[in-house]
Amino acid sequence: METFTGVTCPFCGCLCDDIEVTVEKGNIVKVKNGCAYSLTKYLNCNRDRITTPLIRENDKQVVVELPAAIERAAKILSDAEYPVLYGWSSTSAEAIGLGIELAEEVGGAIDNTTSVCHGPTTEALQELGLPGCTLGQVKNRADLIIYWGSNPLQSHLRHMSRYTIGAEGRWRKSRDDRTLVVVDVRRTYTARVADYFIQVEPNRDYELITALRMALRHEEIEQERVAGVPVEDIEELADLMMSCEFGALFYGLGLTMSSGKNRNIDAAISLVRDLNRWTKFVMIPMRGHFNVNGANIVFLWHTGYPFAIDFSHGYPIYAPGATSAVDILSRGESDAALIISSDPAANFPRRAVENLFKNPLIVIDPHRTVTSMRADVVIPSAFVGIECEGTAYRMDGVPIKMRGIAEPPKGVLPDEEILKGILTEIRRLKRGG
Amino acid sequence: MKAILVTGRTLGQGLGLEMGKFSDIYYRNVATCEMNRVDMERLGVKEGELIRVSSGLGSAVLRVVKSFEEVPSGIIFVPYGPWINRIMRPETHGTGMPSFKGIEVEVEVEASRLSEIPKIDELLSRG
Repeated sequence: METFTGVTCPFCGCLCDDIEVTVEKGNIVKVKNGCAYSLTKYLNCNRDRITTPLIRENDKQVVVELPAAIERAAKILSDAEYPVLYGWSSTSAEAIGLGIELAEEVGGAIDNTTSVCHGPTTEALQELGLPGCTLGQVKNRADLIIYWGSNPLQSHLRHMSRYTIGAEGRWRKSRDDRTLVVVDVRRTYTARVADYFIQVEPNRDYELITALRMALRHEEIEQERVAGVPVEDIEELADLMMSCEFGALFYGLGLTMSSGKNRNIDAAISLVRDLNRWTKFVMIPMRGHFNVNGANIVFLWHTGYPFAIDFSHGYPIYAPGATSAVDILSRGESDAALIISSDPAANFPRRAVENLFKNPLIVIDPHRTVTSMRADVVIPSAFVGIECEGTAYRMDGVPIKMRGIAEPPKGVLPDEEILKGILTEIRRLKRGG
Repeated sequence: MKAILVTGRTLGQGLGLEMGKFSDIYYRNVATCEMNRVDMERLGVKEGELIRVSSGLGSAVLRVVKSFEEVPSGIIFVPYGPWINRIMRPETHGTGMPSFKGIEVEVEVEASRLSEIPKIDELLSRG
């Protein structure tokens, strides 16, 4: 039996790095410090696992050796005119880099799950930049915390205790040293522990942010309520924001998925920029998958763009709405797909899923998923951060080396090895060898 | 009854992901709908009963559950997942992101007493 300390959890964008994991004969038997998600992920990583490669023959998935699965995957991708390569947020930065290489090689479109979570954030920050900082700065300095359209007590369970109202920072020692504001359409669990709860009407966030910016400039708001919020409350919140010493705005899909989308984030960035005339204010998106930020960052290094990249012309084109996975699939433009560490069949709108299933489909994933059930090639993979190492980027952009502490099922390889195998085979096919 | 649909993350949905998409915990936590008490009375539906949520694209049968997070009257909350995604529009308004929150829907009591919420594999094979 061996106990590993300081392990980084591969669940959400918090990447908590204080987990203690006990491993016996290659299997995880005990986990300490993790949240409910972390514990469930570690202790159930072998549940519903795919342990052998599968290929569809006569409408049934049959077990094959890995080289045969890699060969079939390479054939599908090299035969396709316009394949979609989607997922990438629950794997390592190293594997993501190989994904870009693969997309360029086959002239396909590559997109990560950002496009259905913080895509609008990424679009807005490409235009305006994001006034951010590390979570450590928030922990040590922030006296005003805002969660807008984000419910960390359901989504990022240790975010508040490690970095915001429950954290013991260098200059902010206790709950009394910080004020918590929650803006949401529902009175969430997080809203219940807030000092101020602002209940905004659905799809009206943009108006509320605009009214806040007016209140900061002491402009008269000629309404009694904006987005369902009394103007006095808006003015009080504006005063609170201006008078804090260090404010941090954390925001979630309540802003990115609602009407306005990237324009909501534009407005939020402008609000934070305005606030920096009076005080120090920052914003950090609450990223979901543990390495979705890494997917954006690695895509950026290689192509200049963070998601939704089309290589069909031989060079990268970035046009969300045209080159993003949901759009390509719902218009039925692609003729094959490779899905890695993601389950779009469970998460995309119906029309996109139906078109995904119409064409040859390759899935690389540790688990059996809704998407893998209908795939033509399924290649099992090791869990990054549990069974193999790799780099991940925390929600604030800090890169963290993930460790491999347990054994993957026999014969199961990391994503990196699988992708290298497919790339090598595609290049061999291209040479006609 | 007309309502605004908001989908989102819940603890049960997130844990269900790790227990597997075919697990009972995922099914029990995701094929559900949270409603305000007033709306439940207005619609004549009790906790545990089935409702049908319809958009222009189709409808989904879901089980009404008690809301611990106080959904305002006129809003219904459904965890992210394949059941509700059956009725989501794929348009992304030039952003790549479909609108998963703030959707206008029609909510009614599921009329057929024989109706059951399909399990995930059945859901996708129905086409």
